[in-house]
Amino acid sequence: MKQYLIIETRDPIECRDVDAMASLAADLARSGASASVLLTDNGVFAARIGAATDALDVLSSAGVGVFADNFSLSERGIESASLAPGVRPATVDLVIDRLLEGASVMWR
Amino acid sequence: MSQQATLAFLLMDAPFESARTTTALRIIDAAVRRGINVKVFAYEGAVFLPFASQIAHANAVHGRTVEEEDHPLPREWVAGLIEESARRGAAFEWVNCGLCVDERGAGQAIEGVRRGSPADFWKFAESSDNTLVVPTA
Amino acid sequence: MRVLSIVSSAYRATVEEQDDTVIWFTHAIKGAGADVDMLLKGPAVNYAVMGQAVAPVTIGTRTQRQGPDVCGQVAGLIGKGVQVFVAEVDLERRGLAKAPLIDGARRVRDIPALFSEYDRVWHW
Repeated sequence: MKQYLIIETRDPIECRDVDAMASLAADLARSGASASVLLTDNGVFAARIGAATDALDVLSSAGVGVFADNFSLSERGIESASLAPGVRPATVDLVIDRLLEGASVMWR
Repeated sequence: MSQQATLAFLLMDAPFESARTTTALRIIDAAVRRGINVKVFAYEGAVFLPFASQIAHANAVHGRTVEEEDHPLPREWVAGLIEESARRGAAFEWVNCGLCVDERGAGQAIEGVRRGSPADFWKFAESSDNTLVVPTA
Repeated sequence: MRVLSIVSSAYRATVEEQDDTVIWFTHAIKGAGADVDMLLKGPAVNYAVMGQAVAPVTIGTRTQRQGPDVCGQVAGLIGKGVQVFVAEVDLERRGLAKAPLIDGARRVRDIPALFSEYDRVWHW
């Protein structure tokens, strides 16, 4: 099974292309591949409850795993209680894990 | 994995311009700490990451001396990765794209960094278990 | 190892560098034996559009005579046997649904199917 990890670093409110990223990840999952997204840097703004973005809904409806970098969350004061449902905190070791598993890792 | 794994990375951002630099170096650091062999190709502004002439400074706004400010310098991070990798018995290569070095005047790199070309990146990619391209904005 | 390089950043420092540096890089690794194809996405779909021209730029007393020709660069990749795909949905979003593209550029809609044909997908 093909594996993909998308590292999303952009704020979804500032950058419309984050929606395109979410659509791509969802399409990959629906095509039968394993797809995950790691939100990092300003990308973690999507992970805060109440953020004005549909990206997480698009991802979860397609079964895409969504992770958020602990360091970036802490840097922006996003605590566990503020994380949108389904978003799992992670470290950047996730990237290494996926690379070693043979995933194509795409940085946005 | 029974044999030491190898990962290749391509970086593009100049230091002090984007959060991507720190995040990418954190990822590379994670690989180094796991004893993974690492090959880095620095393209465009990233050739300044190991630039030897970076100097730390005091910060009057912070009210700190040079020592107190302890300003991180990317060349120290790169040197630290080389050192940590060696300490763990893994291989670490850093190649700066030569044409990018020339047009930017970034010729003075720290020890352990060599000059190369995109062909080196392709060799890195072919000889590694996987590759991560970190683009610029 | 078959690689698909996705280019979605466009016109980034192309005048200063006299080309798109990722398209240039792809030429270089192709020359080094890479089995690489390209997908133009986002604003980079415009790279396949004909009729682009960059006039010489003069800053102070310095005139740049060799301006970038990104469209020509992409055509050059096709000439070297690199398959160049252009994301159809991004053409449509930019009013380019019916625009003639450079010879050899292939419109593609099913991105996951395209990805599945490659060992590695790199995003620039």
